[in-house]
Amino acid sequence: MRIGVITFPGSLDDRDAQRAVRLAGGEPVALWHGSHDLEGVDALILPGGFSYGDYLRCGAIASLSPIMTEVVAAANAGMPVLGICNGFQMLTEAGLLEGGLIRNDHGSFICRDQVLTVENTSTAWTAEFEAGQLITIPLKNGEGGFIAAGDTLDRLEGEGRVVFRYVDVNPNGSLRDIAGISNARGNVVGLMPHPEHAVEPGFGPDTAAAMRSGVDGLGFFTSVVKRALVEA
Amino acid sequence: MPTIVVDVMPKAELLDPQGKAVAGALARTGHTAFSGVRIGKRFELTVDGPVDDALRANVQQIAEEILSNQVIEDVVGIHYEVTNAELAEEAAEAASVAGDGFGAPAGETH
Repeated sequence: MRIGVITFPGSLDDRDAQRAVRLAGGEPVALWHGSHDLEGVDALILPGGFSYGDYLRCGAIASLSPIMTEVVAAANAGMPVLGICNGFQMLTEAGLLEGGLIRNDHGSFICRDQVLTVENTSTAWTAEFEAGQLITIPLKNGEGGFIAAGDTLDRLEGEGRVVFRYVDVNPNGSLRDIAGISNARGNVVGLMPHPEHAVEPGFGPDTAAAMRSGVDGLGFFTSVVKRALVEA
Repeated sequence: MPTIVVDVMPKAELLDPQGKAVAGALARTGHTAFSGVRIGKRFELTVDGPVDDALRANVQQIAEEILSNQVIEDVVGIHYEVTNAELAEEAAEAASVAGDGFGAPAGETH
């Protein structure tokens, strides 16, 4: 399973996403935003960071990158695509996911280990989780408030496309505590928190068992890798 | 040189955390007359060529599709600060001053 991780100018977590793919048993492929070549990958990750310095709007200029033409075509053809944080913002700007992300309601950047519920386990990126499972992964953003029109929110919820919701605390003012959503087909998923930072013991969030032992993010990547094996 | 100004604001029904922070600062510094602040963006686009209907349509399109995100923002104004008519007037004035009908091109007269 070859999973492409696209680096944009200002991406920060591209190497972490590549590492997560490797730890999940996949082969990471570094892709560049200025190319029109997806190099035959089987899935795509748009990583976190501050592409183009968050100029214009977060993810807006990156969503106009050359490679996004191919990303949109591949996503519409069913390729699994995961947008993390800035990558989620790009997917909304590119029109692959609905809604938008605005500045946190409290006005501050926030960085914390965040508990989420996994509400939809039928997407390409969540099949390894149990419905309703609580996971803890890092969250770090300044503009993570998910918003959409009321009827859009109703439709997303009605169609089971709210994939993740914040638990205990709403860290950024996201409407209806939404942390991540999918497209109708379930191959495109975006979320603000960072699963790629919780994939290896010693480097993840604290757990009751031990400091930094949390690996709840690994399931995102094993989901898509195992899915490819089933389909092969 | 014609300048086109595009004004974009966060949608009225959305919380504007930046505006809220500024409103708080105003209140703290004794400027109590202001009950709210909202912060938007102003884009100034300059063009070298003529401002015609095709360009106006192009400006409308990029204002709605690139300069703003219609999910979270509204384009609240598009203004053309120097019109073609004004440029033509300037060119005519420059030509009459020069007297030889070979005045400086419009846009370079000031």
